[in-house]
Amino acid sequence: MNVRIPTPLRSYTDGEAVVSVDGADLTAVFAELDRRFAGIRFRVVDERGRLRPHMKVFVNDEAVRDLSVALAPTDEVTIMQALSGG
Amino acid sequence: MSMDTGALLLGTRKGAWVLGADTWRRSWTISEPMFLGHIAHHVVLDPRDGRTLLMAASTGHLGPTVFRSYDLGETWTEARRPPAFAANDRLERALRAVFWLTPGHADEAGVWYAGGSPQGMFRSDDGGDTWEPLSGWNDHPDWERWAEWPDEGTPDGSMLHSVNIDPRDPAHLYIGLSGGGVFETTDGGTDWKPLNAGSVATFLPDPEPEFGHDPHCVRLHPQRPDRLYQQNHCGIYRMDRPDGRWVRIGDNMPPDVGDIGFPIELHPRDPDTAWVFPMDGTDVWPRTSPDGRPAVYVTRDAGESWARCDNGLPVPAWFTVKRQAMTVDDADPVGVYFGTTSGEVWASTDEGATWDCIAQHLPEIYSVEFAAASAPAS
Repeated sequence: MNVRIPTPLRSYTDGEAVVSVDGADLTAVFAELDRRFAGIRFRVVDERGRLRPHMKVFVNDEAVRDLSVALAPTDEVTIMQALSGG
Repeated sequence: MSMDTGALLLGTRKGAWVLGADTWRRSWTISEPMFLGHIAHHVVLDPRDGRTLLMAASTGHLGPTVFRSYDLGETWTEARRPPAFAANDRLERALRAVFWLTPGHADEAGVWYAGGSPQGMFRSDDGGDTWEPLSGWNDHPDWERWAEWPDEGTPDGSMLHSVNIDPRDPAHLYIGLSGGGVFETTDGGTDWKPLNAGSVATFLPDPEPEFGHDPHCVRLHPQRPDRLYQQNHCGIYRMDRPDGRWVRIGDNMPPDVGDIGFPIELHPRDPDTAWVFPMDGTDVWPRTSPDGRPAVYVTRDAGESWARCDNGLPVPAWFTVKRQAMTVDDADPVGVYFGTTSGEVWASTDEGATWDCIAQHLPEIYSVEFAAASAPAS
């Protein structure tokens, strides 16, 4: 499936905005992302396996915080930063 | 950027910079921003090799990490395993920030310590590439009581800072917790004990508890390791071991200025000389320069008396200097430097007698560390 990478994380993906990753759920997707792009997972998911407070993940158009949600190969995953900061 | 004459490493709310100096510290050159937009909590040179820089960084959204550079910031590499609490952590803690970095003992090449928020402690044995939780501290049975868990901390979260290593014994460490107090280990971090007698915590029902204090910055004198100073939320203190009691030397500050502040810096050779930057701790605690008149205060007699050092500083001005944002160099006379919450760096090459602004219009400055000139290549 395609995973959309936000600009703050593209230093890990060599600038790629969309990467193709396989995984049965978001936990597996982040594990595979980290295998390929070392360090990217911990910037988004903490050591408890929780999505960091100001990070958001969408599966297709739906915001998801439970990383165990099952994914279909046709799903599209979008990692985003919440609209916050300053 | 050359390291031939030393440099200042700046960590800010929006990235890091290096300020390089000429031999006589008269001319300063600032680098391009590094990690622009990242929160650079602390940028520190490894004095053991004179070339490794570590940066504790995060962003407003992304999790904490550590970056390393071997060429004074030209290129950086992220730690392969950044500081994090253990996978099976019994309190299910998650690290929000790496707040503090301290190079290990001179005889322990590659060892670094990191302090976090929440108040975990982490150790690297390979120059900051991979980090492990320091179990003796993080899993200490009293940690929850000492470290105010669940975290009620400051607006930016509670933080572990001021990792001081006894130059005579790499297993003898002091740390500061905001809040929580000063703690000491003599076995490399396996066991710890509070070290707060004599200091007060006026924000608690019992103003003289065993722990629960707020030491903003703790420094051990490198030439007299039995002497400690701290700038506390509740005053300026000195301790001379083996006595385990803090003496409030801030009582000797002018009453209209008070003895509240964040940083305290020590003369590299004279254990009786220290510099502080007072802030307004009255009313709702503005944490600005008292009366809009910023000044450094210096003691030359271990806190028996203090002298105001404001020649060249602006009036009125309302900035604050955070706990990592003041430093000294190793020259004679000593250079004293501080970075402000308003993004300026001020320098004194005469131990505080006169001040010059050497950088301005930067983001809020979180840390200023002196990086000594590199040793000649062998």
